[in-house]
Amino acid sequence: MAVGLRALNRLASNGLIDRFGLRDPAQRVLHTASKATVRTATRAGRTFATTQKLSKPARQPRTGRSDLFDLTPDDEQQMLRESVRDFALAKLRPAAQQADEACATPNELLEQANELGLTMVGVPEELGGAVAERSAVTTVLMAEALAQGDMGIAVACLAPAGVSTALSLWGDADQQATYLPEFVGENVPAAALALLEPRPLFNPFELQTRARRTAGGFVLDGIKSLVPRAGDAELFIVAAQLEDSDGLTSALFIVEPGGAGLSIEPEPGMGIRAAATGRLVLEGVKVPGGALLGEGRADVMTECIHLSRLGWCALAVGTGQAVLDYVIPYVNERKAFGEPISSRQSVAFTVANIAIELDGMRLATYRAASRVDQGLPFGREVALARRLCAERGMAIGSDGVQMLGGHGYVKEHPVERWYRDMRAGGVMEGALVV
Amino acid sequence: MINLETPKKFEFLVSQAHQVAAEIFRPNARKYDGDEHSYPKELDMLAAVIDGMNEGGALSGAGAGAVGGGNGAKATKAKDKDSSNRNGTNIASLLGLTELCWGDVGLLLTMPRQGLGQAAIAAVADEEQLGRFGGKWAAMAITEPEAGSDSAAIRTTATLDGDEYVLNGEKIFVTAGDRAELIVVWATLDRKQGRAAIKSFVVERDNPGLILERLEHKLGIRASDTADFRLENCRIPKENLLGSPEIEPKRGFAGVMQTFDNTRPLVAGMAIGVSRACLERTRELLAEAGVEIDYDLPPHSLLAAASEFIAMESDWEAARLLTMQAAWMADNKKPNSLQASMAKAKAGRTATDIALRCVALCGSIGFGEGELLEKWARDVKILDLFEGTQQIQLLIVARQLLGKTSAELK
Repeated sequence: MAVGLRALNRLASNGLIDRFGLRDPAQRVLHTASKATVRTATRAGRTFATTQKLSKPARQPRTGRSDLFDLTPDDEQQMLRESVRDFALAKLRPAAQQADEACATPNELLEQANELGLTMVGVPEELGGAVAERSAVTTVLMAEALAQGDMGIAVACLAPAGVSTALSLWGDADQQATYLPEFVGENVPAAALALLEPRPLFNPFELQTRARRTAGGFVLDGIKSLVPRAGDAELFIVAAQLEDSDGLTSALFIVEPGGAGLSIEPEPGMGIRAAATGRLVLEGVKVPGGALLGEGRADVMTECIHLSRLGWCALAVGTGQAVLDYVIPYVNERKAFGEPISSRQSVAFTVANIAIELDGMRLATYRAASRVDQGLPFGREVALARRLCAERGMAIGSDGVQMLGGHGYVKEHPVERWYRDMRAGGVMEGALVV
Repeated sequence: MINLETPKKFEFLVSQAHQVAAEIFRPNARKYDGDEHSYPKELDMLAAVIDGMNEGGALSGAGAGAVGGGNGAKATKAKDKDSSNRNGTNIASLLGLTELCWGDVGLLLTMPRQGLGQAAIAAVADEEQLGRFGGKWAAMAITEPEAGSDSAAIRTTATLDGDEYVLNGEKIFVTAGDRAELIVVWATLDRKQGRAAIKSFVVERDNPGLILERLEHKLGIRASDTADFRLENCRIPKENLLGSPEIEPKRGFAGVMQTFDNTRPLVAGMAIGVSRACLERTRELLAEAGVEIDYDLPPHSLLAAASEFIAMESDWEAARLLTMQAAWMADNKKPNSLQASMAKAKAGRTATDIALRCVALCGSIGFGEGELLEKWARDVKILDLFEGTQQIQLLIVARQLLGKTSAELK
């Protein structure tokens, strides 16, 4: 085998590829690959300035323990869910394929999404937020509804909401006063939580991005992967290991773009391409002492990871629903051997199993979110929901393509995109917070 | 407000059911698995205690109400403050049953005065019949040698003769058939008229026309007797027909089938109880072997055994919540036959899968009779079979999702 390959290589270098006209495509591939790794310095965004002095940070209260099992969202949640779902199906779905190809979500859609108040749900009312009490359930319902339109665009829309929720949950008075007004205003900045790092077996509790304490604040070094809208972002929250005298702790840092040492590389992936994911490269990036979020407490980092995973669960549930809703009419209409293919158990049972597993994913996700709001521990529940959404969700993505046969493999149908998007469920960490 | 926690008001019920499961079911589980067909006399005393508790209301869900007994499907005891949301008998029964099956599913199935027959009685009986039959131990006789999942193919006949029906036919797989006081028998008034002519009839166990053919020897749930009967000119008062004697082509069979919307989540609950026992014991044994279950680490950073454990637990959670959903919908009078079948399908296959994987994870300890794991793995398989097999549940789910009739999707 090795001998064969060596022989092939010698032939190829001897001009064989020219004879078959293969030189150009090969070069194009090389050209695209090199273009994709062009690193650009980040641009400075708007100036975040404190407009209102806060004496202490504002927090949304928890709703407290609920007495009865209940699967009915409250009126406000139902209204929000319906309007977001209408928006997702009417606007996101038709734009999804082009956004996927362009690796970008149109600004017009991002602005319309902001009008739905996504960035206001996690913000306390006294700071201009939209919801009185902490409601991860509301954000989960909205994320699910958005992903029914398109997961990639949903990520682009929700990334700033993740940052505003993080600032609301863990920001001190100064951090909240500085940044949150922009997230409840008309012109919401692009922003994202940068947690994931580019390596196999990534473990968010063992980061390689390092933060060193200096006289003026911190210096950050490392690489963050698959950061949504990295090129446009006006604010990042970056997770790093803080090297302190008493060892290492994981911590979150507020990082504004434009400073020395901070650059971006485009990093498109197999899916969620509309989210315009990129790598954030930090080389001796200096941030002030006030950039440390949540005082660097370990429980803040853990909560952040849990809430982020929960967001990815909600997106997988919404995408799974899109698959189910698309597959049902297709298998009913598609005929083979003189009857709809849905008349065959092998097809019909696959559809049944998509619905069963999807409902299980959804309920596990809702349970975890509801525990967040009630102030109950939710680490285990998030883990169970995540495992379901990663594994069962991916199976749903794969079955969606399978039910359309060869037609599922071509871009005339969205199932191939959902297949690509669903893999994010088992890979992604960070990027969102619910 | 969305909340998927176990309702506080049932915590006491669950803890009582747990005590029964731990103190009575578990200690007797191995004994009656080995000694198939011998009557678990320990349960008589327990039944008396539970009857007493029922009057106090504490175990109404776990005991009699669990399988449609004294506080069956029609009972609306639990009034909730928020009138738009009800957590009632269906959830209570589910929680109680799950807990008891954590103890032993075979013994649960042979609890005196329990039995699925009461679910059918509660679903279609009139007031007079409820008075006569309520609270008795009632078994359910549906399956025939030539009619399993296709209950519309039932051949047992019921012929009106004066004031009596005369039943003739053969019934198999009657759970608690030997020990029950009543057998609810499905029979047809007119085979030519198909499903609509199928009705349920209450037969007293000591009716001379009801002849016990044999007791089955089974893979599991050996504490529970499974009887095969011959009905030979079995005469019963015509008032023992449950529901309407009219043959209504449009809705006759639907009424009978509705029973399943309430009982399928309960069987799913049994599966959840057994598989929780498997998970708990396996976790203890894995801990002794030095396996730590860390929910925060990515799966690939865990030991394979820990990762597999969390995968099993996540499927278990999905099955459990699907089942709670179906019961909650029943409590709130929402049509739930889709969700009931989804719960039954997911719980039946998940529980079997979990039980078998737990045996494998624990090696010879799991396989041997020194632990209950091997027994649970045998017991649990029935829960993916009775009250509609996995395949029947998938058919029901698929037909509803795809808008197909039983003729269009066979």
